[in-house]
Amino acid sequence: MNFKQDFPIFEHNKDLIYLDSAATSQRPKEVIKSLTDFYEKENANIHRGVYTLSEQATENYKKAREKIAQFLNANSKEIIFTRNTTESMNILTNTIKPLLEGGRDEILLTEMEHHSNLVPWQQFAKTNNMKLKFIPITENYELDYEKARKLINEKTALVSLTHMSNVFGTINDIKQIIDLAKDNNVLTIIDAAQSISHMKIDVKQLDCDFLAFSSHKMLGPMGIGILYGKEKHLEKIQPSLFGGGMINTVSYEGATWADLPEKFEAGTQNIAESLALGTAIDYLEEIGFNKIQEHEKELTQYTLEQLSKLDNIEIYNPGIEKSSAIISFNLKDIHSHDVATILNESKIAIRAGHHCCMPLMKKLNIPGTCRVSLSIFNTKGDIDKLIESLKKCQGVFR
Amino acid sequence: MDMYTENILDLYKNPRNKGSLENPTHENSRNNPLCGDEITIQLITDNNQIEDVKFDGIGCAISQASASMLTDKIKGMSIENIKKINKDDVLGMLHIPISPGRLKCALLSLETLKGALEIQ
Repeated sequence: MNFKQDFPIFEHNKDLIYLDSAATSQRPKEVIKSLTDFYEKENANIHRGVYTLSEQATENYKKAREKIAQFLNANSKEIIFTRNTTESMNILTNTIKPLLEGGRDEILLTEMEHHSNLVPWQQFAKTNNMKLKFIPITENYELDYEKARKLINEKTALVSLTHMSNVFGTINDIKQIIDLAKDNNVLTIIDAAQSISHMKIDVKQLDCDFLAFSSHKMLGPMGIGILYGKEKHLEKIQPSLFGGGMINTVSYEGATWADLPEKFEAGTQNIAESLALGTAIDYLEEIGFNKIQEHEKELTQYTLEQLSKLDNIEIYNPGIEKSSAIISFNLKDIHSHDVATILNESKIAIRAGHHCCMPLMKKLNIPGTCRVSLSIFNTKGDIDKLIESLKKCQGVFR
Repeated sequence: MDMYTENILDLYKNPRNKGSLENPTHENSRNNPLCGDEITIQLITDNNQIEDVKFDGIGCAISQASASMLTDKIKGMSIENIKKINKDDVLGMLHIPISPGRLKCALLSLETLKGALEIQ
């Protein structure tokens, strides 16, 4: 089936080959319509409005939250609207302290984290005089689970890791890490920014304590993200944003907080975007994750095969069994930015550079990679054009 | 492929003034946060003039060609005159259309040079 017709970007950019969905996905017309529908037909602020439009907006906002809760198998109180994954992580680093057991002074991350799940913890560790530890990666671009076993111990306060590497496409066995963490009373935080659009995530089955993702990488609008947290934890921690909407009562001297989840949502929210995220979820669920995965696996395999046929290429990928939808590579002696510039001449959009993983690039001893990332609308034809243009690129630099 | 002229590709493969100096009087490293590329420029100045200059670091064809051209240009030049070199001069030297996304690559060596001499 051709999903490109669902995405208006391709109507307005003829011949665009979009291979950068890991940076931000494109949006189907229903999602865009959902935004304009709200602003054209339903626009009003939520809460406290006793007129029809406001009541309707409040109801729709509530329903969007319920939809996201169902999508993750959580309850509505556990779903906090944020701006994006980065903001979700920052909310955690600003609030999580009361959940940490005394005497544990290590924060465990992995070597493949995006800056959004690294820099906030660096700041947190500095402020709280804690140590950062990293689960290393193997030569096959996977987590070293043997080493993880040793690194998760009685000194570990929390482990925060990505579900899916935005550089290698590696899908981490987060269940194994979460189980190890549980055995050691360690809090678990999952960065699902990349995985959320590719696979079904069930927070009850995973049993993680927190999970974060962005709408804009899962066909939804920009400017909206989610922080999931177990209700018992969210009850215990204090909000980090204060103001309207998050209070129960206010006097000149002080205030008490609203119940979950409003306690964490100060100020006017991105209401249209929250509703449109709900529409994006409808779109994904209508296709179904089985079908999405089948399509993306097949296309990832095809891409890997075709890339492997090129001379002078290095591919940074753990193989089709352990990854999906994201492939990094370098053409020998050609900088990734030059490759991306030349591909752009053929209207092929890929990402080049460090992908917000500077320490990882340093470890691999490369300045950056070319990264191809796939979505439901990509086709084998897209990959054929990619390969043709990569050959052209090698010709230019010969 | 307007950006990848023969001259640019030649400078990428055979850069000028690449390497390091033994006793530099000035040195500076800058990185391009976009791609992580880093460039180092070392200078020996005498009497407010550039006696010698070398650059080092990995980068794309545009940043490497720009560093080659700029280091060639400033040999023997007075610091006063280096102060006058601006963005348009570098783009003029490269003589290729630079897309907005690649402007940083083209100008990284000039920023690094000015940083080394602590001039704007």
